[in-house]
Amino acid sequence: MAEDLINSFMTGPDEAGRFGQFGGRFVSETLMPLILDLEERYEYAKTDPTFWAEMDDLWKHYVGRPSPLYHAARLTAHLGGAKIYMKRDELNHTGAHKINNVLGQIILARRMGKTRIIAETGAGQHGVATATVCAKFGLKCVVYMGAHDVERQAPNVFRMRLLGAEVIPVTSGRGTLKDAMNDALRDWVTNVRDTFYCIGTVAGPHPYPAMVRDFQSIIGKEVRWQLAEQEGEGRLPDTVIAAIGGGSNAMGLFYPFLDDPTVRIIGVEAGGKGVDERMEHCASLTGGRPGVLHGNRTYLLQDDDGQILEGFSISAGLDYPGIGPEHAWLHDSGRAEYVSITDKEALEAFQLSCKLEGIIPALEPSHALAHVMKIAPTLPRDHIIVMNMCGRGDKDIFTVAKHLGFDMKI
Amino acid sequence: MTRIDQKFASLKAEGKKAFVAYIMAGDPDLATSLALMKGLPAAGVDVIELGMPFTDPMADGPTIQLAGQRALEGGQTLQKTLDMVAEFRKGDSTTPIVMMGYYNPIFSRGVDTFLKDAKAAGVDGLIVVDLPPEEDDELCIPAQKAGLNFIRLATPTTDDKRLPKVLQNTSGFVYYVSITGITGAAAAQAGDVGPEVARIKAATDLPVIVGFGIRTPETARAIASVADGAVVGSAIVKMVEEKRPVPEVLAFVKGLADGAHSA
Repeated sequence: MAEDLINSFMTGPDEAGRFGQFGGRFVSETLMPLILDLEERYEYAKTDPTFWAEMDDLWKHYVGRPSPLYHAARLTAHLGGAKIYMKRDELNHTGAHKINNVLGQIILARRMGKTRIIAETGAGQHGVATATVCAKFGLKCVVYMGAHDVERQAPNVFRMRLLGAEVIPVTSGRGTLKDAMNDALRDWVTNVRDTFYCIGTVAGPHPYPAMVRDFQSIIGKEVRWQLAEQEGEGRLPDTVIAAIGGGSNAMGLFYPFLDDPTVRIIGVEAGGKGVDERMEHCASLTGGRPGVLHGNRTYLLQDDDGQILEGFSISAGLDYPGIGPEHAWLHDSGRAEYVSITDKEALEAFQLSCKLEGIIPALEPSHALAHVMKIAPTLPRDHIIVMNMCGRGDKDIFTVAKHLGFDMKI
Repeated sequence: MTRIDQKFASLKAEGKKAFVAYIMAGDPDLATSLALMKGLPAAGVDVIELGMPFTDPMADGPTIQLAGQRALEGGQTLQKTLDMVAEFRKGDSTTPIVMMGYYNPIFSRGVDTFLKDAKAAGVDGLIVVDLPPEEDDELCIPAQKAGLNFIRLATPTTDDKRLPKVLQNTSGFVYYVSITGITGAAAAQAGDVGPEVARIKAATDLPVIVGFGIRTPETARAIASVADGAVVGSAIVKMVEEKRPVPEVLAFVKGLADGAHSA
């Protein structure tokens, strides 16, 4: 593996925070000293065994890691092709992969002496994870959430408030994740001394994309040894698949396999109502072009004049017009493939997982599962697919009920 | 020498402080903002900052955010903003114009194309909020080569160690952001600003102009007295938001300019 670093896909980002042309540090001067300080402190923590000892302890006793790698036998039989494993990150404390990263950032924030944590959230999973860890450590927590998302993710808003966080509905723009991130950045620029910005995905200015990826990589690292345990020493997945909004669960699964050329890597974007000129989707790679937003250069949904467009998806967690810069680079370099799945296909996958496996998936991994449903039947039985079941669907049952025409009023 | 350099040289010769006014191009529509722009020099504005609307103005408060939204809803584009500058130049060949905004619309147009068009339209300088010195290769260096000033923001978080890096490729003037925060936020205090300006001036020969949080003639005067000039944006844009007639907005601008010039 990776002996020839020139041909490695795991060496990025460079000193300027770039993955090829993507990434970078496109922030205002006020924030620049803060992200340089963060980078320095993270680089130090990364090589500090006591930092990882604290992480490992909390991952095990607080989050419940390692999450199981589960052979979905009935789904495999139903699709009649490749052998399907689910990485069960929906079993983590707080119900999604988001807490993997939050723990890392909050431990770092404590080491930096920061007392106030801010976060943006879309579906609310990152907000809940941040509120949870802040409660555990007694830190003040402020979560920015688009007003539209506050409405469609009411249970998570209540969870955050129960956990002691202040949830601020964002009304600028269309009131979704992108706008929440703008307001979180405005907060950070105002409260530079005591505040740590806990970004929930592999986007934002350097070092966030690399740092969040490193924290989420626990997912792929576990898959490596868990699959070897179940399938025999040295057995790697043939295909790994994950859903992508900003792309943190996907980077976490993909990263440890980037230098294994036999592993096919597929990211699944939210196709909304279909990736076409109506732009009612969130598929930045398949329907966007490179631009600069939220501190990094990456693929963005934008109009001809460089104005950012609002994404559209049934899933609030995928509703973001950009994508992590490392994904943009993996896309252009051809190391990973990116496809899109529509709302309708995701809803079908959601129901199939419930019926065949007794697992209610979040709408985000339902997109990944929908692509598994497309390709598994075409692949041989000895082909192993690992998909990331990155979140549980409890938060989504109201949305799904509405789409299926089911009256939830009791 | 650009128009910006010439303007500051003549202000210095007269012993006068500069007054810089910000308006949003296309807010609430092209004709109104052009009429306002044309009236600024007579109201005492020494340098015009012309905002380029962007959907995601991360360093701006609600007033400038809404102005950008109004402009975009009214159909403003980067091309129309450049056309606006060219139209202004037909009647004014001396007042410096600095275009201010965010990088993506420029990147989307293509840096070289944009610089050529901006120069041809009569733009003198650029302030691009999300391009710190770490990203100088993107636009700052090409802009200087194209004969445009690239004006950098210095902030309260820019410490002595970082200041030389911020000043290195800056030209025209230095824009000192008087508070940590977004545009239109808390009021700046001359007592806090003075030592910071002195710190920057010790490291550069460029004029240092102070903005953020200035909304009255008194504050403009107080701030200008401890710097080389003052910038007002949100307070002017707020009047456009309130649909005040152009002459009324210009009268307000004149009051601010007189305040700064009396320092």
